[in-house]
Amino acid sequence: MAAEVREAEQIGNTSDSDSVQTELLETNEIPGKSENALLVATDSFEDLNYAGLTNGTLPTVSTSGTIHSLVKKKARRASALLDENEAAGDNTASSDETTNAVDQESSEVSGEDSQEDHLESRLTDLSLNETESLPEEIPMTQLIPTSSDIEDVNSLEWKQQRRHIFIISESGKPVYSRHGSEDKLVTIMGVMQALVICTHDFQKDTLRSIVAGDHKFVFMCRDHLTFIGITRGRESTQQMLLQLTYMYNQVISVLTLSTLTRIFKQHRNYDLRRPLSGAEKFFDNLLNLMDVEPGLLLSSVRCLPLDSSVRENISHSIVQHAKVKDLVFALIIAQNQLVTLVRMKKYYIHPMDLHLIINLINASESFKAAESWTPICLPKFDACGFLQAHVSYLDEECHTCLLLLSVDIEAFYILSECKAKIKERLVRYNALKAINDSLRRNSYSIQQCSISDLRHFLYKSRSIAQYTSPELEAPYHTKEEQQRLFDLYHYLHDRIHTSGRQLKILFHVGPYETLLGWVTQGFELYAVFGPLVTKTIAIHAVNKLLRWIKKEEDRLFILSSVTF
Amino acid sequence: MNDLNMKSLEAKVVVLGSQGVGKTSVVIRYVGGMFSKAVSPTIGASFFTYKLTLEQYRVKLQVWDTAGQERFRSMAPMYYRKANAAMLVYDITSLESFYDIKDWVKELKKNVDTPIVLCLLGNKSDLESGRKVSTEDAAEYAASIDALFYETSALKNTGIEDAFLQVSKQLIHLYETVPNSGMGSLIPSQPASDMFASDQPLTLPDRKEVESAGQRSGNCPC
Repeated sequence: MAAEVREAEQIGNTSDSDSVQTELLETNEIPGKSENALLVATDSFEDLNYAGLTNGTLPTVSTSGTIHSLVKKKARRASALLDENEAAGDNTASSDETTNAVDQESSEVSGEDSQEDHLESRLTDLSLNETESLPEEIPMTQLIPTSSDIEDVNSLEWKQQRRHIFIISESGKPVYSRHGSEDKLVTIMGVMQALVICTHDFQKDTLRSIVAGDHKFVFMCRDHLTFIGITRGRESTQQMLLQLTYMYNQVISVLTLSTLTRIFKQHRNYDLRRPLSGAEKFFDNLLNLMDVEPGLLLSSVRCLPLDSSVRENISHSIVQHAKVKDLVFALIIAQNQLVTLVRMKKYYIHPMDLHLIINLINASESFKAAESWTPICLPKFDACGFLQAHVSYLDEECHTCLLLLSVDIEAFYILSECKAKIKERLVRYNALKAINDSLRRNSYSIQQCSISDLRHFLYKSRSIAQYTSPELEAPYHTKEEQQRLFDLYHYLHDRIHTSGRQLKILFHVGPYETLLGWVTQGFELYAVFGPLVTKTIAIHAVNKLLRWIKKEEDRLFILSSVTF
Repeated sequence: MNDLNMKSLEAKVVVLGSQGVGKTSVVIRYVGGMFSKAVSPTIGASFFTYKLTLEQYRVKLQVWDTAGQERFRSMAPMYYRKANAAMLVYDITSLESFYDIKDWVKELKKNVDTPIVLCLLGNKSDLESGRKVSTEDAAEYAASIDALFYETSALKNTGIEDAFLQVSKQLIHLYETVPNSGMGSLIPSQPASDMFASDQPLTLPDRKEVESAGQRSGNCPC
């Protein structure tokens, strides 16, 4: 398939920029534009470059993070209260505890192992040599292959995976592998780490990527960890880098940057799989999400289509019933789509963090059993501390999930009351029913835009970091076709954004469809047409589409940001 | 029963133990009355409430089902703080999970200064063929730490009801005998002197000592 498309590219008509631009700009009004954004409007993709990723710019691990300042504020409040009432001596301890809790985090994680690791850390320097000098393991023919050996590196299934993701610690210990068990991949991971280290030590350079045949290897080193992505698909190096960055953020989200740094400071040779055990499914799920959810590529979020009055009602309910100190964010998510988000003044949520939250909800069945209270680190918000999340589903079917994120570790019971009130009100005003109806309607069909020959599109409003797209319908109803469509979007996205030669408009005729990508200050639009569409028709259609989105913008996007 | 004579009692129960011993299954069996083979690992901690009527008391149990995964280990104090009872769950087919209980008890002893009812649960008792922890050893250990002890099976629904019932009874007893037990009131309690804070230190037997005669330090009221 890849070969066909590549061929088509050559014979295809790929034009860009200025020639058509004048014809394109029919409208001055950008659909879904708002000054009052609730998400941080950044383009993570364009932020990505190796210069910023290499070790030079390690964010300093300090206690001056956002959460710390929030907790400090709270502590000051508490101590002021205490001064007034010194008699309540019992409380002093508890407020102290609160102040320190975020900083302390999980010192035990590394502490417990000290004995075992003390030995290991002495061997640190040796361990790499060991990894490199493992020829006795390589001639597999000498070994009797057990069935479990066959399962991994040598199996056809493993080799034919479209994409591999590995995480290795600085000392070459396996941390994570998307396919196959890390234990059996120790040798191959050792080789990869050796490549990274050799380039770094001997060439005084950083290994970025390798292309070998159909495969592309992309390397990213951050905070004592090496992230490696290998793909046979059409993702560009930068797109792979974005995926690896998401993996990095997921590690931080589970451990926090301060814990990660401390662990490796104390024991270079630490087996990170221990503190990460049980979190593997978040990595797996995140990678699966990347294959079906364009929001991660576009660094934007999809909202559940709702009448703006209903949405207003929902956010109003939250503001009214969850006006609690130290509550930073309150949000409702329904099947990977954002329903509403209420935030503390001054604080914004980054789309990447929101994707991690969505991933957390998406990957954990356990939240469906009961109200939960769990720590979560949002790396873009504050990589060094945990927020506490009250997670609960509002409906019996477990479609609509409410998250209340606070810096107060004691807030559970208060938030639980808030949740009960919010739920009661949402039921009374039929808002839960409205959410469920919208979920059942499956977003919207491309038919509703009534533009012939337009098959599918992604539209991202840059100022609000939200995107919209119709349902996947025929011909993109099979898994293979959806994969192909995603590949096309990846291609289009890459051609437009690749830093060397950024484009504003790209018209591309392929064998099965015609693509039009258009990026302005205000939006990004990727449209997929039938194969016989001409440039004029496409431009006309895109303008019509923009008018349609403009008309529907109140329903498709959250245009106003609500604060507590 | 006359409603006017009923007193009410609210108590916090925390469920602790290693990963995969069946904490959530036990709680769901008790609270929800069912068993699912596909219980997914708990994230952070889940919160359940259970109401029962017992000896003139309406008892409301706030059950905190904690995650056993290593990465949540350091969060545990957040969940067991101010707990009135702790269910310590191990898996009878895993010696390791039984030994882990020792760490939990040590930690609770260090960090919880209010009286707390302990209850040791040997879960998965239906897997008799794979048993690694003998009932005698566990019972001995439980006695040595003044804990109730039950072997339970969330699958077969044995022992769980009894365990929670006895814990509730002890909680009532605690409530009646220790004025500052921290239960049922929002007024912060003073550090109380009680049966668990006696001069006699609670000694935890080492792994070897579990098999040898455990010293009975308790005056367990049950």
